[in-house]
Amino acid sequence: MDSPNGMEKQLVTAAIWIVQLVAVLALPPLVNGIIRKSKARLQNRVGPPLSQSYSDLFKLFRKEALVSATTSWIFRAAPYVVFTTTLLVATLMPMFSPYPPLGWMSDFILLVYLLGLGRFFLALSALDAGSSFGGLGSSREMTIASLVEPAMILSIFATAASAGSLNLNAIASSVSPSISSLLNPSQILAFAGLFIVTLAETGRIPVDNPATHLELTMIHEAMILEYSGRHLALIEWASQIKLLIFFSLLGNLFIPTGIAASVSLVDFVTGIAIYLVKIGGLAVVVALVESTNAKLRLFRVPDLLMVAFTLSLLSLVLRFLIR
Amino acid sequence: MLYSLQSTNLFILSLLAYVIGAVLGPILAPRKAPASSAGRRLAGYAVTAVFLVSAIASLASLVASYMVLSSRASVDVSPFPLTPFGHLTFRLDPLSAFFLLVISLVGFAVSIYSLGYARSFLFKRHVGLLLFLHNSFLLLMTSVVTVTNGVLFVVVWEGMSIATYFLITYEHESQPSRRAGFLYIAMTHVGTFFLILMFLTLFSHSRSFDFDSFRITASAMPWGSKTLVFFCALIGFGIKAGVIPLHIWLPEAHPAAPSNISALMSGVMIKTGIYGMIRVFFDFLGTGLPWWGFAVLILALGSSVLGVLFALMEHDLKRLLAYHSIENIGIILMGIAVALIFHQAGNDGIAIVGLVAALFHTLNHATFKSLLFLSAGSVVHSTGTRNMEELGGLIKRLPYTATFFLVGAVAISALPPLNGFASEWLTFQAFFRGFDVAELSVKTAMPISMALLALTSALAAACFVKAFGITFLGTSRSRHVQDIHESPWNMLAAMGLLAAACLFFGIDPSLVISRLQPVADFVLHRNPSGALSVDVARSISANPTVNEAPVLVAVLLLGIAAIAIVAIVVLRGNRRSRVVPTWACGLEGLAPRMQYTATGFSKPIRMIFSSVFRPSREIDVREPMSPYFKPTIRVDLKTEAIFDTHVYRPLMNSVLAALRVLRKVQTGHIQSYLAYIFITLIVLLWMAL
Repeated sequence: MDSPNGMEKQLVTAAIWIVQLVAVLALPPLVNGIIRKSKARLQNRVGPPLSQSYSDLFKLFRKEALVSATTSWIFRAAPYVVFTTTLLVATLMPMFSPYPPLGWMSDFILLVYLLGLGRFFLALSALDAGSSFGGLGSSREMTIASLVEPAMILSIFATAASAGSLNLNAIASSVSPSISSLLNPSQILAFAGLFIVTLAETGRIPVDNPATHLELTMIHEAMILEYSGRHLALIEWASQIKLLIFFSLLGNLFIPTGIAASVSLVDFVTGIAIYLVKIGGLAVVVALVESTNAKLRLFRVPDLLMVAFTLSLLSLVLRFLIR
Repeated sequence: MLYSLQSTNLFILSLLAYVIGAVLGPILAPRKAPASSAGRRLAGYAVTAVFLVSAIASLASLVASYMVLSSRASVDVSPFPLTPFGHLTFRLDPLSAFFLLVISLVGFAVSIYSLGYARSFLFKRHVGLLLFLHNSFLLLMTSVVTVTNGVLFVVVWEGMSIATYFLITYEHESQPSRRAGFLYIAMTHVGTFFLILMFLTLFSHSRSFDFDSFRITASAMPWGSKTLVFFCALIGFGIKAGVIPLHIWLPEAHPAAPSNISALMSGVMIKTGIYGMIRVFFDFLGTGLPWWGFAVLILALGSSVLGVLFALMEHDLKRLLAYHSIENIGIILMGIAVALIFHQAGNDGIAIVGLVAALFHTLNHATFKSLLFLSAGSVVHSTGTRNMEELGGLIKRLPYTATFFLVGAVAISALPPLNGFASEWLTFQAFFRGFDVAELSVKTAMPISMALLALTSALAAACFVKAFGITFLGTSRSRHVQDIHESPWNMLAAMGLLAAACLFFGIDPSLVISRLQPVADFVLHRNPSGALSVDVARSISANPTVNEAPVLVAVLLLGIAAIAIVAIVVLRGNRRSRVVPTWACGLEGLAPRMQYTATGFSKPIRMIFSSVFRPSREIDVREPMSPYFKPTIRVDLKTEAIFDTHVYRPLMNSVLAALRVLRKVQTGHIQSYLAYIFITLIVLLWMAL
């Protein structure tokens, strides 16, 4: 890897940062669109156009926001906190370049806890309006989040330990893009663990159903039931960005082809193209999982997360304890 | 030279001021209200003046300890050369200075808070006694971390425990307070027994009670004695720190005391247990056996996970906070465990990371937990209830208190950019670094510990969503919330000070870490300038996040918030909001009782961890007289205190059974007592001859 120095490098980094910022703002609705479209096709429907998620967001931004009279500043602040923290995490993630902007800050623990900050405020805002739906969603979300966290930490531990760092950039660049590392059983187990974590964290079936407003099954949707207009738009956008964050984690830590090897423009563009293919593929896989599985009962979710935890632990055992 | 002179004087000043405060308090504060209004006002001023004296005292020791920490040299202070136990010397070495800093920081804030808090029960309660105890408590805690002699240590340690006992039973007319006090004094005496045993073991090898002689001889003791000392310290100090399973006094005692004192107890006093452990494990014993670290690690993980789980089941605001103290002591002990494991294995680079993480979390927990207790105190003060189920909507009546509580809640949930995150991050790093170098047996423990730490902090976040959300958000659930008003400015100022500390330590942790590293060097007996010295920041150099990240996080948070807002403007979004009632599914409106309760909020966790809680439910439906009235339904929900029912009650029963057997000796007949004396005499004579 030839590294440019000084001024040039900083310019390159700044350029990459801007590209990444634009990407993390623009891509998520598309990913959401792909999932919706694929699910529709799997159900023999035509489905909404890929641009539907953009239109939805645009529509929400144009509508006025309704704010409950019982709420406090927490309710108005939460969408901004959620959006800001999620966007921050997305810009710090390794995505498609060897010189990620502020790469030294993409510490895994920091990113997980930044997402936690957003969730904390969202869960508080749900209690702010004084309706029972909010409390229901808040309670379930925080319960599931606390069970997800250990599995999440463990799922990247094996990879992180071989890289000797918890920094996602260091991890992503340490995973060799060979076919043997791709088919390494330890990697596959960890991937499966992180995939379950992704489903749980982003509220997909079988943990939560993003398309339902049925009180018995709502988790995330119950929390944000009081929101409307621009507030709702920000929250929806943030959860789409969050999905992209987890897809990038899955794509870059376990399928490490495509992160550009140098800063040349060609490599950079190929990097972006491969990244898009990976994300699109994962979106289709999620649509498949959502179409072929039923939502789990709330008290069965811990079992699923235990599976994720065990898979990650097994991957660790395979990697380090059995040589 | 100048430094040491000044810090000595400041330290003596602070001791004197505490003594003055303790003496003046009972003299100046009258028990009964004076007849004249001028007299009453004067009494109010007197209380304020005495608390100002304690504030000055803590400020003086705060500055003194900071000076010592920056100069990195130990300072001896001997104000009273002659005592029955030899020289009474207070020593401010880096470790003592650090703990003194924590005590004085919280002591200062609490003294300012008490200005307003204690005046509210002037003439209703014995405020003079409170003043006396408050000052003595601070004075004795200061002494505990600075004395240099085993006998003196036990004396001031006992003094501290007794002062706390009277503070817990301050509201002595309430039966739970008296019970909590009894439980505390019983447990703490078990602890003292082990401490005395520990000092006697150390004495048997060094022939002196001086800490200096322990430092020389203890590391060369045979392994049997070393292990005995380790165990005694673990139990003796563990009881004070509230380590599970030695914790049972803590959730009773901390809520029973007045809220300002709860802040001192939970924020600072339990840390004296941590001080003792660090002093004995590292400073005296040097290196230990490999399994010591594991023993501490298991206790640490158990305390943190069970502590937060028990906290989730509480809806008494102060008991909830008390259980979180147990959780955080667990997190501190995780750092200590890492330090023990790797110091023993000879890998001091990681031992230092663990120790710095533990010290940093000690400081952080002191700030955010006392902040939480003080703001909970404000809630209790204005509403008269600690039961969260009766509160709600307080953020509108107590906006500042609510904001300060929120700061504490975010900090204790280990969320960036506040200080709780910084130290938990360092603990994560310690585990992760440890995995790299450790041998197989240690390797397995590290990722599991990381996962459990992640579980703990996520559960803590859930718990504080509950605590803040149910107490401060939504609508009020009872009449307690009707006519209440915000606390006076001095109580708010004290909370503001601690909140600022939480933010400051979180945004620039490198400042704290660079000050703590010399302390860790000192504790591990390393030469700070030597070649062996490992820079904490550099030992994590693969992860340069440690120093700069959180600062930039804050900056970036602001920057991206700005981008977000710009984005909305660019999209020409609708800026209008309309205030409407909460959606009620088309019904007429929502009643406060329709809101989620604290019990309801924690139900999923209660179900998932039912093996820990063993919840039981009793539903009693009384059929109505007439079909037109609804039946009364009474639901009784219980969770089991497993340590109470499965550890302490059987233990207590067996002790009582043993004593019942022994009681048969006490017949009450003088003849049998004479016989006992006669037999004893014969046996003694037989042994002597």
